Amino acid sequence: MDKQNADDRAAIVGRGNKDGAALFRTWFQDLTHVAENDGRAAYVFVMGSLNEILKTFDFPVVFPEINSLQTAVRKVAGDYLGEAEDYGYSPDICGYVKADVGTQLRQGEHPMGRIPRPGIAVLTNACNTYIKWAEIWERIHKIPVVTIDIPGTREGGKLTSPGDRDFENDKKYVAAQLRELITTCEEMTSKKFDIDKFREVLGYANDMSVAWKRILELNEQKPAVFNALTDGTIYLGVANGFRGMREGSVYFKELVEEMEYKAANGIGSLTKEEFRLAFVGVPCYPIFRRFNEMFTDWGGVFVQSTYLWFASGGTNIGYEYDLKDPIESLAEGVLLSVRDAMDSMFHQEKIIEAMMGPFALDGVVYHPIKSCRTVSTGLADGRQYVMEQLGLSTLFLESDMMDQRVVSEAQMKNRVDAYFEGLISRRQQAALAE
Amino acid sequence: MNISHPLFEAPDSKPLEEVLSLARELVEDTEYPTVKQWREQGGKVLGHFQVYFPEEIAHAAGMLPVKMRGAQVDGIEADSHFGSYLCSIIKTAFELAMTKKIELDMFVTHPICDAARNLAGIWSRNFDYPCQILYLPQNPNSAASAEYLTDEYGRLMRDIEKITGQEVTENALKNSISIYNESRKIFAEIYRIKRETPWLLDAEDAYVLVALAAFLPRENYNDLLNAILPRIRERDIKKQDKMRVVFEGGFCEQPPLDLLQTIGRSCYIVDDDLLIGLRWIYGEVKTDGDSLRNLAEAYIEQSSYSPVQHDLRKPKEDMLLKRYRQAGAEAVILAAAKMCEPGLEEQVTYSKTLDDEHIPYFVSEFEENQTTFDHLGIQLETFVENILFD
Repeated sequence: MDKQNADDRAAIVGRGNKDGAALFRTWFQDLTHVAENDGRAAYVFVMGSLNEILKTFDFPVVFPEINSLQTAVRKVAGDYLGEAEDYGYSPDICGYVKADVGTQLRQGEHPMGRIPRPGIAVLTNACNTYIKWAEIWERIHKIPVVTIDIPGTREGGKLTSPGDRDFENDKKYVAAQLRELITTCEEMTSKKFDIDKFREVLGYANDMSVAWKRILELNEQKPAVFNALTDGTIYLGVANGFRGMREGSVYFKELVEEMEYKAANGIGSLTKEEFRLAFVGVPCYPIFRRFNEMFTDWGGVFVQSTYLWFASGGTNIGYEYDLKDPIESLAEGVLLSVRDAMDSMFHQEKIIEAMMGPFALDGVVYHPIKSCRTVSTGLADGRQYVMEQLGLSTLFLESDMMDQRVVSEAQMKNRVDAYFEGLISRRQQAALAE
Repeated sequence: MNISHPLFEAPDSKPLEEVLSLARELVEDTEYPTVKQWREQGGKVLGHFQVYFPEEIAHAAGMLPVKMRGAQVDGIEADSHFGSYLCSIIKTAFELAMTKKIELDMFVTHPICDAARNLAGIWSRNFDYPCQILYLPQNPNSAASAEYLTDEYGRLMRDIEKITGQEVTENALKNSISIYNESRKIFAEIYRIKRETPWLLDAEDAYVLVALAAFLPRENYNDLLNAILPRIRERDIKKQDKMRVVFEGGFCEQPPLDLLQTIGRSCYIVDDDLLIGLRWIYGEVKTDGDSLRNLAEAYIEQSSYSPVQHDLRKPKEDMLLKRYRQAGAEAVILAAAKMCEPGLEEQVTYSKTLDDEHIPYFVSEFEENQTTFDHLGIQLETFVENILFD
């Protein structure tokens, strides 16, 4: 490798992870600044954040799901969960909710900084717990709660499209709710809705959507250019926190550049890629790094993850807003994207079916978790379909995304090891059969 | 479809206690014999999961709407299709279908909770008939919600028509709404008896009399209850010195009848949210004008509350206080089904509100397959005695 190429490589490879972490730190510093000045933020969720409208009104935006998972990654979730349970919440409800209740009870104290109190909560019905969660803030902080109801797919495999009667009915409903949200934001901020600024925000969101779709597709490459479980989660954080913002647009354009460079130069996530896996569920944040190593130690790389689809709010479909008709287009985009996010949870088997060829999957790892019934309820049944109808090898690991008490690492590792031994055996048998 | 004779009768010749006993047996019968009879006569069945479903639409199409409310069955077939951390009703409702205790022609679930909304996907991977979600509005405060729901009911009706092969007429809808309005009067009367003269009707019997509506053809149900209710009002039973309580937490998974009986030993349940979906709409649905619109507006404007519907006009804790006060209750039993996320979350708000209002309450979890109640009975007796001698 000549010096110029080596310099290019050093400048590009790994940039997404480094810059993503830096953006995240800046984001939390900004939120801390808001909190320390007794400012209020808009509380939103990853599936349908409506950042497009909130950023038009310059709201600081807080993603409580991200705050909560950060407590698990930073090994302090147990303290937050315990405080919420002492307050009265059951061990059997969502850990994200409880870590957030703990954060609220601590006046926003958080390992990444200080979280400002909410001034408004905006949520979709993509997860029912969003609704129950927002009701907690409604009671604690006496704030307006705006639910944007996004009707999802009614029957698996039967998608409606723009122009269809049923789709247009749903779109009309979503558009009306978005207009009501805009009115609420105008009343709260005493600012008139600036349609030009809105277009600018949508433009940045478009850049991100196009890039996110492209990045996911690039992992069809062998070797995979990023690990969907670890690297992908960093990208996902930026996709949510910086949606509709110039920084997000720049970051994702550069990330595409990095991934295309890696693809062109055969640079993979692993030095030796042996098995290409899909991940279905939510990461195991209490042992985030070690969970991944259980797979990479065997040469397994996660080339796709349904988490990158649903937890990006469906940005994976790459929907681009029509800036000439921004509100109607936002309604259509939100409907299509959030619906896709829900499909990624409720009809995951269709996604696996579609991706198994292009991504050359060797297996699928299911990670249902105690905390999240939205994602987890259908996984055992979906797995049966994948094994019986698609013939893919699968692994089913139950644990949690937050609660270390439910994560049995040694038992998990035994099962992962056995799974890879099975994959190796399967591969040897296939070779013999040829 | 019209049936030639009632699937369940309560002749005057039988003592009321025997009629109630037979009704209880029928409600607890996991083989659903009357639904089987309906099918044997050529009828089609639409199964819908908790909580609310606009049964009038299926009824107008000639189908038998059946509430999939779980059952006391072992989840042998269903277990392998689900993970560990789930409520029981999700699994037992599926078990009923898998084991053909109830055979369906269509299944509808609702986005009431994170587990239930998965059911359409799970069901559709295992059955050939249509399995779908009815997206009842989660933003009833939007000015557009009634129009949206009217459209959604229209979509549902077209899907039902594909199964029955015939169009649902406006007249048929109006007729069905009238029949269901009659049921709503009956439910109101059952609950009036519970509030005003609870000693005339045991908690489990009151439950059974509502639960029959979950699977009997409505004409049959109305005739049956119109025959039974006067006989209940005429009963000669003495009032006992029991505490008047509201039972909250039965909006989806149902407690076993034995649990209600256990509570009934020391308390009168003067109001509750058991099977609230059947009783969701208060008063009559209008029969003039567009029927689907009327059903949609009734859902939004003249309805009860539950932890699985968010409506800014109906904070759940305020609604519970209203229920408690209107019933003239002395305490509240705050129950939640095990692993029921919305129910468990609401328990926190309810208990803090009742603390603020200095209203005594008893917190408990239950499961439909629960079989021992001794511990609960002792705890409840202690709770009641503590209040009486406070």
